[in-house]
Amino acid sequence: MLIRPKEGILDPVGQTVEGALPALGFEGVSNVHVGRLVELDVDDASEVPAMCERLLANPLIEDYEIFDGLEARRPLQNAEPEAPRRSTV
Amino acid sequence: MKFGVVRFPGSCDEVDALLACRRFGEAELLWHKDRDLHGVDAVVVPGGFSYGDYLRAGAIARFSPLMETVIEFAREGGPVLGICNGFQVLCEAGLLPGALLTNRSLRFVCRQVDIVVENPDTPFTRACAQDEVLSVPVKHTTGRYYAPGVPEEQVVLRYAPGHNPNGAQDDIAGVCNAAGNVLGLMPHPEHAVDPLTGSADGGRLFESLAMAPVA
Repeated sequence: MLIRPKEGILDPVGQTVEGALPALGFEGVSNVHVGRLVELDVDDASEVPAMCERLLANPLIEDYEIFDGLEARRPLQNAEPEAPRRSTV
Repeated sequence: MKFGVVRFPGSCDEVDALLACRRFGEAELLWHKDRDLHGVDAVVVPGGFSYGDYLRAGAIARFSPLMETVIEFAREGGPVLGICNGFQVLCEAGLLPGALLTNRSLRFVCRQVDIVVENPDTPFTRACAQDEVLSVPVKHTTGRYYAPGVPEEQVVLRYAPGHNPNGAQDDIAGVCNAAGNVLGLMPHPEHAVDPLTGSADGGRLFESLAMAPVA
């Protein structure tokens, strides 16, 4: 589930990120919004919308989108899979 | 008047709330896993970080066994006061309209603010005069109240001009349900019950609850 602030609600986290990107030299960025991703395995996928409505999202302030299937679960990959990182402490 | 103060894992203002209640009546703590309200006449849902505030502030606490009973108690007309995290819990529980969002500043705010009594005809404000100003502290990161279309008569407390600490819609500091028996507010009246801490104004809310209802 991809959960993000509803359109039109002030999103100060998104605004702060939007302000930070030009400071790193990334120009031409707008409409930044920060949401969250919930991954889960479930026996009965038909229950997922109710899970979103009742707990995982607050429909008053957040929109959610449900992605089904493993490919959709990992749609974003780094260019090369990285070896697990180890703490150097 | 017997008050019950809810204690969740992660609550941190329940003892101040308990002591504030005891200035005006009897009070005891109610454990979140209990389902019994021990015959209390009013319930206070205190501030803190219930269940770590994971997912969203108040989202998990709202499903605790005790909250099921509190929701029933509220639906039957019992007075329920939610302070800060308690306000967030009551919104998540659907007992109050709206939601609390991250402060506009993204910062934790901790300061004394003036709030104005907009509606003295509630069980929580009947000791107050219309437009009475109360000085109480706020301390939160997730306090920006958002409730499109909330009826004006449900706005019980408003930040005084220039005192809105979080970007709350229409300077709303405290809001009640349509029936008027559930109030949530971001400021902390329980931290302002003795002149030693700079203001005893917060006591007015507990005093109101302890007053016999006007027949």
